[in-house]
Order: sequence, then structure tokens, then C-alpha cells
Amino acid sequence: MFTTAILVKVIIIVSVFAITLVVAMYSTYAERKIAAFFQDRLGPNRAGPYGILQPVADGVKMFMKEEIIPDVSNKFLFIFGPSLAMLTACMTSAVIPWGRGITIGGNFYIMQAADVNIGILYIFGVVSIGVYGIMIGGWASNNKYSLLGALRASSQMISYEIAMGLAIISLIMMSGTLSVRDIAEQQQGFHWNVLYQPLGFLIFLICAFAETNRAPFDLPECETELVGGYHTEYSSMKLGFYLFAEYINMFISSAVISTLYFGGYNMPLIGRFVHDPNWLSMIGTCFLFGKIFFFIFFFMWVRWTLPRFRYDQLMNLGWKVLIPLSILNIFLTGIVMWLNGKLG
Amino acid sequence: MVQYTFYFLSFLAILSALMVVVSKNPVHSVLYLIITFFAIAGHYVLMNAQFLAAVHIIVYAGAIMVLFLYVIMMLNLNADVEPHKSKWLKFAATITGGLLMIVLIGALRNVSENAAAGLPGNDIGLVKNLGRVLFNDYALPFEVSSILFLSAMVGAVMLGKKEIK
Repeated sequence: MFTTAILVKVIIIVSVFAITLVVAMYSTYAERKIAAFFQDRLGPNRAGPYGILQPVADGVKMFMKEEIIPDVSNKFLFIFGPSLAMLTACMTSAVIPWGRGITIGGNFYIMQAADVNIGILYIFGVVSIGVYGIMIGGWASNNKYSLLGALRASSQMISYEIAMGLAIISLIMMSGTLSVRDIAEQQQGFHWNVLYQPLGFLIFLICAFAETNRAPFDLPECETELVGGYHTEYSSMKLGFYLFAEYINMFISSAVISTLYFGGYNMPLIGRFVHDPNWLSMIGTCFLFGKIFFFIFFFMWVRWTLPRFRYDQLMNLGWKVLIPLSILNIFLTGIVMWLNGKLG
Repeated sequence: MVQYTFYFLSFLAILSALMVVVSKNPVHSVLYLIITFFAIAGHYVLMNAQFLAAVHIIVYAGAIMVLFLYVIMMLNLNADVEPHKSKWLKFAATITGGLLMIVLIGALRNVSENAAAGLPGNDIGLVKNLGRVLFNDYALPFEVSSILFLSAMVGAVMLGKKEIK
């Protein structure tokens, strides 16, 4: 019993990691194909049928490239920076519930690496640590352009973290729990949180774009103004780590958005057609991935549609629009809860 | 298991705290301080205070230390920029620090070893219980501390404000 439980956990963790990496890998392919579609081009189509092997070719290219470590830089921190970026990108997946759970041989196993009762705080902790990957990398490069790029990227991330946290507070007020699984469970049927928290969802979505450094907030690597941002000095797979971490972050934020606001693994009406709980939870997982893929597409859609912000516009939006709006949202949520008699 | 984790975390915390003081490069000091905070957060988890651990990481490691790192990176402090301190000053500092340690040891000598073991229940650190205690029994100190934050914010705004001519 005990060993099977551990075995199931190991299988879940390993498969979550594998799925995360594969999804991130093919997000790069999808991004290029979608960009091509938006710009009336063909996109990658040489490696394999429809260019399906393009990410593999890119990965091989990244590994084979010459690796340059600047002579004056702090070698350990120079390598530690991208590793930390990758680590924090992968760590968030631990608290995301991928499905309700399956029963094998009379034992119920939840499809989640760890159901901690402070799941949301865990996500925020990991996100706030994510800044260090960029800052350490930018500083260890010993290049003023890298340092300026790192400061730029991290000040953006810190600013939007605040609004993100405040947007989540109103969601927590409503659901009364910090466990991600409980929040997902509460959204059965059509009680998706996005219907109760539209403003909070909007703020969270915008902040998620800023946190993942995606367009229109991709100022850290804004090629019209900068040499290359915080990763100017990086080459080979260490640069690949930074770029890849962005795609992992995109996948994880899509998962978090779908879980917190779009019902997670719940899908309305599906319970009428499927009755076996194992199959139901499997189908729920598929629906969760459907939602995640939609949001990944949405990230790309926005990237190839909207122009980039200017830096002062970015800061104004973060501090003068999103933070007051999210505080207003907390206030409104409180009033509505009070009117409905939900405040004890 | 818990005991070994405790020893490991304590070792890590003390070692990295020492490295904060010893290391020449201020950025390294900050990074060691972050490791110290993580080790202390691990101690919180061992004491079943998961909420405190998470908040500790978010606030200290995630926010305050990032600002520390910011300032130190912007100042670009190097070993040769550092003002030279005389040998006597170092000597005096060591003795003062040692005296402080003696006072601390003297103060903590009589504390019962089992004080930490007598925590009431395993779920004391959960958000629900913590919030209940915080907003019922300690509502006034909580609000007073929020006024402290407010005054700090006002002070920062005043300092950052452009001069009105």
C-alpha cells in the first residue's frame, strides 16, 4: 500500500515533468507556425513532415553551439542563473491538480504531485523566487547591458506580482481556501470562477503575460531598444534554458489560469454521459489540457497581434491601473459577499 | 527523520549566515542571506507553520531581498571600493560581538529545552487557525502594525517625491 502510493507519486511527478517539457518544446514549434499563419507565411516545414521535428533540430542546434563563458564573470553564478530560471519554471507544477484522481485496486490516488493547503501561496513563492534567475544571470555576466536588462526585467516582474497577488485575494475571499485542489473542486458544473470574478480574471491574465515576459510585455528582450536584455552574454544551451523557461512558464501559467478561473478539470454536462469515475477523471484531465492549450494559443495570438508597450506605459499600467483596480475588486467582492450574507 | 532535517537546516542556516558576514562580495552576502531565509522557512515547516513558511519566502526572499540585490547591484560595490577599516576597529568589533554572544547565551541558558515541543496541536500553523487567532485575539496589534506599514509607505513617498519649487 505504502510503496504503491510512493510509486504512483513518482509516476505522477515524472509524467508531469515529461509532459511539461514536451508541451514547452512543441510550444516553440506552435509559436512559429502560428506566427507564420498570422503573417501569411508557411513557417518551419523542412525537418520532418510539416516541420514536426523542428524543436528537436533546434535543441540539437542549441547543444552543439559554441559555449562562451565571459572571462571576468562569476562562473558559478553565471551557470546558476539559467539553472534557477529553469528550476523555478518547473517547480510550480507541483501543486496543480491535473485531474480528480483515479481508483486503482480500491485505493484512490489524486492526480497531483502535492495537495498542500497553501497551494496558491506556494505558487506565489515560486514565482517570486523566479526573479533571481534573471537577476543573478544578468549580474554574473559582468556586462552593464546585461545588468540593465536584468533590472528592467525584474522590476517588471516585481511590479506585476503585486497586482497578481491582489487579484487572487478576491478569489480566495470567495472560495475560502488556499488549496488549489479545493478551488478546482468548487467550480463543478458551470460555477467557473471567471463568471464571478471577471475583473479579477482580467487582471490576473494581464499580470500572467507580464510575469512570463510575453508580448505585449516582452520588454526584457525588446530588440528595438536593447542589445539582448539580461541574456546578452549567454550562448548555447544556457541561453536555451532562459528561452525554454519562458515556454514552460507559459504552460504553467495557462494551467494556473485554467485551474483557478476556468474550472480546472471540471467540464459541465460531462457527468451525464460518462459515469465511471476513473474515465470521468481521465476525460477531465483531457479537458484541462484542452483549456491549457487554448490559453497557450491565446498567449501566442496576443503576441502576434498587439504591439509592445513602452516602458513607462508598462509601469503606469502596473502601478496606476492594475493595482487600484485589483483593490477595487477586493472591495466589490467584499460588498457582494456581505450583501449575500456570506460574511459571518 | 525530522531530527536529521532539523540538524541539516540548522547547519545550513548557521553556515550561510556566517558566509553573509565573511564573504567579501556584497552580492554573495545577499545570496547567502537568501539561503539563510530558506533554511529558516524549512524550520517553520518542521514546526507545522506552513503559512508562515510560505509568507516568509514570499516577503523576505521574494520581495525584500530582491530590493536588497537591486540596490547592491546598482551601487556596484567591489572589494576595492570598500573603505579600509583599521585593525583596531576589527579587533574591537570582534570583542563586542563576543560580549553580545555571552549575554545571549546567559539569557537563553535557563530556557527549558522542551518549550518548543509543547506546541498545542499539529494544525496550529494552518491558515484557518492562524487567521482566527490573529483577527480575534490579536486584532489590535495587527492593525497597529498595519499603521506602521502605512507610515513607512508615506515616508517612502515623501522621500521619492520631486521637490516642489
